[in-house]
Formats: sequence, structure tokens, C-alpha cells
Amino acid sequence: MLLRHTPKEVTPRSALVINPAKTCQPIGAMYAALGIHGCLPHSHGSQGCCAYHRSALTKHYKEPVSAATSSFTEGASVFGGQANLLQAIENIFTVYEPEVIAVHTTCLSETIGDDIKQIRDKADKQGLIPKGKHVIYCNTPSYVGSHVTGFSNMVKGMTELSTSTGKKNGKVNVIPGWVEPSDMEEVKRLAALMNVPITLFPDTSGVLNGPLSGEYHMFPEGGVTIKELIEAGDAIGTLALGEWCSADAARNLDTKCKVPCKVLDIPFGLSATDRFIDALRTIAGTSVPEEITRERGQLVDMISDTHQYYYKKKVAIYGDPDQVISMVEFLVSIDMCPVHVVTGTSGAKFEKRIKELTAHLPYEVNVKAWGDMFLLHQWIKNEPVDLLIGNTYGKYIARDEDIPFLRWGFPILDRVGHQYFPTVGYKGGLRLLEKILGLLLDRKDRDDPETVFELTL
Amino acid sequence: MTETATATREARPAIFEERKDQIHRIGSEPFSMACNRDSLAGAVSQRACVFCGSRVVLYPIADALHLVHGPIGCAAYTWDIRGALSSGPELHRLSFSTDLQELDVIFGGEKKLAKALDELIARHSPKAAFVYSTCIVGLIGDDLGAVCKAASLRHGIPVIPVQSEGFKGNKREGYQAACKAMRQLVGTGDISDISPLSVNIMGDFNLAGETWIIKRYLERMGIQVVAGITGDGRVDDLRRAHGAGLNMVQCSGSTQDLAKMMRDDFGIPFVRVSWIGIEDVAESLYAVADHFELKHPELASGLVERTAELVRDELSNLMPKLAEYRRDLEGKRAAVYVGGSFKAFSLVKAFRHLGMEVVIVGSQTGTEEDYRELAAICAPGTIVVDDANPLELSAFIKEKDVDIFVGGVKERPIAFKLGVGFCDHNHERKIALEGFEGMLNFAKEIHASVMSPIWRFVPRREFGLNKKDAEV
Repeated sequence: MLLRHTPKEVTPRSALVINPAKTCQPIGAMYAALGIHGCLPHSHGSQGCCAYHRSALTKHYKEPVSAATSSFTEGASVFGGQANLLQAIENIFTVYEPEVIAVHTTCLSETIGDDIKQIRDKADKQGLIPKGKHVIYCNTPSYVGSHVTGFSNMVKGMTELSTSTGKKNGKVNVIPGWVEPSDMEEVKRLAALMNVPITLFPDTSGVLNGPLSGEYHMFPEGGVTIKELIEAGDAIGTLALGEWCSADAARNLDTKCKVPCKVLDIPFGLSATDRFIDALRTIAGTSVPEEITRERGQLVDMISDTHQYYYKKKVAIYGDPDQVISMVEFLVSIDMCPVHVVTGTSGAKFEKRIKELTAHLPYEVNVKAWGDMFLLHQWIKNEPVDLLIGNTYGKYIARDEDIPFLRWGFPILDRVGHQYFPTVGYKGGLRLLEKILGLLLDRKDRDDPETVFELTL
Repeated sequence: MTETATATREARPAIFEERKDQIHRIGSEPFSMACNRDSLAGAVSQRACVFCGSRVVLYPIADALHLVHGPIGCAAYTWDIRGALSSGPELHRLSFSTDLQELDVIFGGEKKLAKALDELIARHSPKAAFVYSTCIVGLIGDDLGAVCKAASLRHGIPVIPVQSEGFKGNKREGYQAACKAMRQLVGTGDISDISPLSVNIMGDFNLAGETWIIKRYLERMGIQVVAGITGDGRVDDLRRAHGAGLNMVQCSGSTQDLAKMMRDDFGIPFVRVSWIGIEDVAESLYAVADHFELKHPELASGLVERTAELVRDELSNLMPKLAEYRRDLEGKRAAVYVGGSFKAFSLVKAFRHLGMEVVIVGSQTGTEEDYRELAAICAPGTIVVDDANPLELSAFIKEKDVDIFVGGVKERPIAFKLGVGFCDHNHERKIALEGFEGMLNFAKEIHASVMSPIWRFVPRREFGLNKKDAEV
């Protein structure tokens, strides 16, 4: 039992996280930045941060992830990192030739008080930024928020490029939130079917789910272009998917360029997808095309075909706030019972939202923001569940407690497929259902005595 | 971008002017390399930090508490980061962090740390606790030493600060900090029952069971193993490590500092060994035998013979099996880019047993001397590189048309994108790659990847292979 050190009794902890359900801001900023075409993320701090983030992203996406670092030494930590960053900007544009460098900070550079905007402007004045190229940045101190905050901050940083010409271009900005490249592709497909011209940012499709080409490209095909980001200021509206991941950027566009925005849940599951499609429909002023209606019908059909297997099944779920909120809504809608819900990211709003979504259920859900996997495991020991949903770090609990386990979220270190098969939209809903049902029935087939072992669903 | 522009960019070797003396082509110029240099700001370096170095060295000590004092990331990224197999406790596989917040950064994190230690030690009753310092702790000036000392007094176990602030250098400095931390344990245990014919296995981390393989060999020879430092490590073993007659040190950087301290403080000699390949494993075992035959002739009778018999046994089992793999692998080319250079030496030799030539060799943290020696054993034309970046690596791989790349997690997808086989000889290995049976596993891994039918479908190679197929 790997987690034999986890006692059943829950005691309050004040100074300590055990088995985190979050990580620090910079990795989120790095992931977001990879969704810009020709962008080299840059970590302004020690080498280790950058190495860890690249490793973690590489393990999740099974793709090369390049990012540069200011390589802080003791000197930089005393005298400030300006010289390092200026040198880095010069070196990067000279050798790697990206279109844009996306700088994020670390706890180190934040604490010594480096002013990235001032350094960026200085680089510009010194001519270190070639004409037509860009340096964007965001502040991501690791001791504030989580990886989700870092993602949000970098997306907001992207909107700093946007300008308003005063003339609307008829496009809609869609900020997809921290989802897989496959999900971003699916969002684009749905918008195209709805006949809504969108600018999706960030967009890691084609960047982190590329084909084996026989060549290594530091900057793959995909990603939102700088031109598109600039023109995002002329869009007729912004749909921000996910309050935690995307809302800040959308509101910044509203303030800065008068692009009105609407914040939606990330479209996981039936109802959240309905709201997303409806929002696109409203903007486009058209009706929903037959193809999407059909996909929706297929999802409803599969739920009806299999609903008796979900009935009152208990679920423990952990992950990032936006994702978990949509998923809890979906689980409830198929009659499953999310009993333990944890996010590592802080936010009273998260707990409130989960309580609202589960208010009509005949039990009180255990919900915790700024929680960890240790607490989740303790809850599960006290009230066992039929299904565990979350990133790869749940596998210890799943093994020790013998629970069917759906890998979903970030990071997934030990399975593949998330890069290629979306879980957003109606199609994504089908895939989620297929996986959940497979897990539940595999377990039933494994545990049923011979006498009741069944051939047919 | 136009095709020509792309082609030009691809063709240009992506090398910083300043990095030219960190790359050497054997035979084309007199040997000269600058090493152990800080990475350039702006480089896409494959290197890591001080904390990373300390964390990986101490991590396998399975019955110790490992508490990371810092923001959450440092703990999250090193949670069960690699294999560190334990035959008993698994406390090391949990992730503990003080999760420093903004207010802690302003007002200091000492109280939080003390409290975290109290909670954890009370709950898990570890044999000792290691408290890792991170960048931020170095900046805000928490007195780690004082907090640890006080906790140690309160709880009656060693609570040891690891001075591993990330910005103080790269992994090398982290190894030193880890060695200093371990030194505090060494010498505090009872050694009355330890045989003079005894060793510590240093610099192997039991990623996939390697420490156990080596231990079995030594026990067959009649040598007692006192401590794995830190493979399958235990606090009490470290406390008694000064009772060993000899330290066997693998991995050029990681534990050599501790071996030196133990030589100076306890008079324990050390030998540098490598458990990778064939000659190096045999030589390492003979080195132990020779040492004890010289030092304790009265106790070591038959030791050298037993060692020879063991080596003979193992080789007679290994060589015919290797020959089968060699038949397919003869003439294939390998690239090696690893963390420490000791491994590069052994791998160059190991590949020769498979009939393969290493045409690119490099490491993150080698010294000039390391590279000079490497250049001496590799063929002319081989590229020797220190602290490479992905563009350099990919340009070299294509230039040398290699069949397999040996590296770590960040290099794997680069090799695969280029349609080249890959072997993780680093953190993420899944099977033991040391000892004689490790050599066989290595051959199997190399064979599995080099000979995979998937490479026939790689666009870059498809044409050539189709042509070859057509000729058959």
C-alpha cells in the first residue's frame, strides 16, 4: 500500500500540503504561451523551474517543449535579473528566431523585484527586439495562486497586444481555458459548423499534438498568430470559457478595447455544451445546424441507453476549478453522485458553485478549494466511492482503495489519447461516457460471481 | 514562411557564438573545451537547478521525511519524480510542502516550517527528516538551521537542513548540499557488527532495482553491503555507513563529495566504479576484491577467485544472448546525451559490445577532463558537446544520421520527432540497466527501439527504405 501513511481520521492541518492537487503559476504561463504561433516561452528565474516545467509538459503531451531561461545565478539574485533578461532577449532573437518571446516570472525574480515591463521597454529602446517581433510578459509569482492562475495571467498578457482600430471585424474571440490541444481543435470545429468566425487563443492544437514528420521544429505549425491577437481588439465579442482560466483576459479586452465579453463554463458535458452552442448561436444570429443537433442527439441517446449504470454511483473528483465545475454538472446530470470534490486552487467561489450544482441531492457534498490529495484520500477512506476522476496522481489512491479510475485533467503522465481525443463538446461527452461506462462495467465483469456474469449490456 | 526560408533556418546550425568552445569534433582540431560554465541567459538549456540535484540524491532514503520548504511547485514537480525502489517503507513517495504564500514571503516562513515539521513527525514517526531550502527561502532569509535544530530537539530525531537554493548553481552544487546533509548522519550509528570486508554502494539510486543487482553480486563474493547511498536507502544504514571498509562511488558528481568527507573523517578509502556495461562492471567488482585482498589478506582468501568465478558465470550466460542482439545492431549509430559524464564513458563501451558506434556524446555537467577522456576513447568525427540545446541536438542527430538516442525525458520526443529510436538511461528507465543482467536489458531496450518497424514510416527515411525494400 503506497499510501499506507494516510490515516483515516481527518485532522486539521494549517502549515502543510501533502500530495498537492496543484502546482505553481509558471507552468500554466508556459502552457498558454505555447498556444501562440512561433512563441518561445521564457522563464525569468533559475534553470530548475524551466527544466521542471518543460519536463512536466513533455511528459503530459509526449511532445518536445522548448522554453528558455534567464539562468539566474547568485549574482543575479543579489543585483537583479535585468542584465540576464536583456541578454536572454538578445540571444533568443538571434539564435532561435521566434516571432514572440513570452516572459513569465518566478518566485525568485518576483521577490527580488524585477520590473519586467521596464526591462522589456529597455530591450525595445536598445533595439534588442527586431522589428515586427514581440515580447509579451506576465507576472507569475509561485507563492500566489496556482498553475491555473499562471495560465490566466499569460492569456491576459496576450490581450495586451490587442488594439482597437475602431472598426469591428466581425470575428468572435474564444478563450478556451486550460484544455487539451484536441479540445481546442474541437472548439474550432464547432464554431466553424456554427458558421461563426472565431479567433481562438491560446491555441495549442498543432503545437502539442503534432505528427511525426521526421523533422524537429522548435516552432510547429499551430498556434494563434500575433496578427490575430492584435486584431482581437476589433472583435465583436469574447466568449471566455472558464472563470478561473479565461475571464481576466476577456475582461481586459473589454476594458482596453471595448470588446464585450461573456464568461461561460468550459463545455464539458451536455448542459455546458448547450450553453456554449447557444452563445455562439446568439452571436451569429443563426440557428443551430443539423449536424450539431445530431451530435447532441447522439449524446442524449447514449446517456439514455446506459443511464441505469450511472444511477447513484458515487464519484470522487479533483482537478482545476473550471474543469471540475463543468464535470460535476455533467455527473449530476447523468444521475451520478459526486461526493468528494477537491481543487488545489483557492477560491470560495468554487465551493459555492459546487454546492449550488449539488444542492438538490439528498446528501451534503464534501468540497474543498485549496485542498490536496491527502485530504481527498482521507475522505474516500471514510466514504468509499465507485469512481475516481482526476489527473495521474490519483493512481496511488485508485490502487490502494481499488477504485475504477478515469484519468482526466492535467497532468496525465501514464496514458495517451488526451492530446488527440477531445472531451469538450457533444463528441467529447460521448468519449467521457464511453470511458466512464467502460470503467464501471469492467469492474462489474471483474467482480461479478460466475452465476450472474453477463454477456450483454 | 516560404519553403526556402524554412530550409535556410533548418540548415543553419543553431549554435551560439559563445557556445562554440563547448562543442568539439574529434580529429578536426586539437582538443579544447570549456565546461562547467553557467548556461547562457536565453538558452534552451536541458539543465536543472541546485534543488533538483539535492532532491534526486536524497530522495531514495525511504524512511526519512522529505519536506520541501517553498512554494508548491518545487514539491509538486519532484513528487515521485523517478523510480527509487524501496524494499520496505515508502514514505519518500509522498510529497510534503510548506506551500509558501505571499504573506509567508513577507513575514518569513519559519513558524510555518516548524509547525509542518511538528505535524509530520508526530504523524509519520520518520527516522530522520530532510528539509529542503528553495530559491525563495534563500532570499527571505529563513534560518533553516535554527528551525531544524529546534525541531530535532523537540522530537528526538535528526532534522537536517539541505541548503539547496535553486539559484546557487546547477545540479552539481545540489549534490554537494545533499552530501553535506548526509554527512550529518554518517558516524552516529553502532558499527560493532560490521565485517571488515564491507562496502557502501554509492551513487546508485535503485531507479529500477539496480542496487539490488549489485548487492547480490557483492554478497556472492562474500562482501557485506552496509548502505545503499542512496539506492533503497535507510537512515540507520547511513548512520552506520562509516563502518564500511570501502566506498564504491558511481556517478561522477552525486556522492563523491560524501566519499571524500568519509575518507578524510573516518579514513575510508573509495574507488570510482561504474555498473554499466561489461568491462566496467567486471572491473568494479575486481577493484573491490583487489582492495580487500591487499588490505585484509587474512580475511580475503579466495575472494579474487570467487569474483572471477562470478564474472565468468555471468559472462557465459550473457555473451551468447548479446550476440543475438548484436547480429541486428551491428553498424548502427548512437547518440548519447546524459546528465553526468561517467555514464557516457560506460555507454560508449557498452555500445561497442552491440557492434554500435557512439557518434555524438555529451552531458549536462561534465568537466573538461571528462570530455578530454571521452574524446580519447571515441572515434574521429565524433561530436562531443557540453550543455546542449534542442536545436543543436537535432542538427547533430540529422547530420550523423543516428539510429538511437540515449537521453532523458526532455530529449525523448525530439528523437521521436526525427524518427530516431530512444532509450531512457535516466530518470524514467523502467528496467534495471546496471550489472551484467542490466547489460542484457540494455541490449534488449536498444534492440526494441532501433529495430522497431515504426521507423519505416518516418517521412524523412521512407524514401530510402522503400528503395532498399525494392532492391530486396
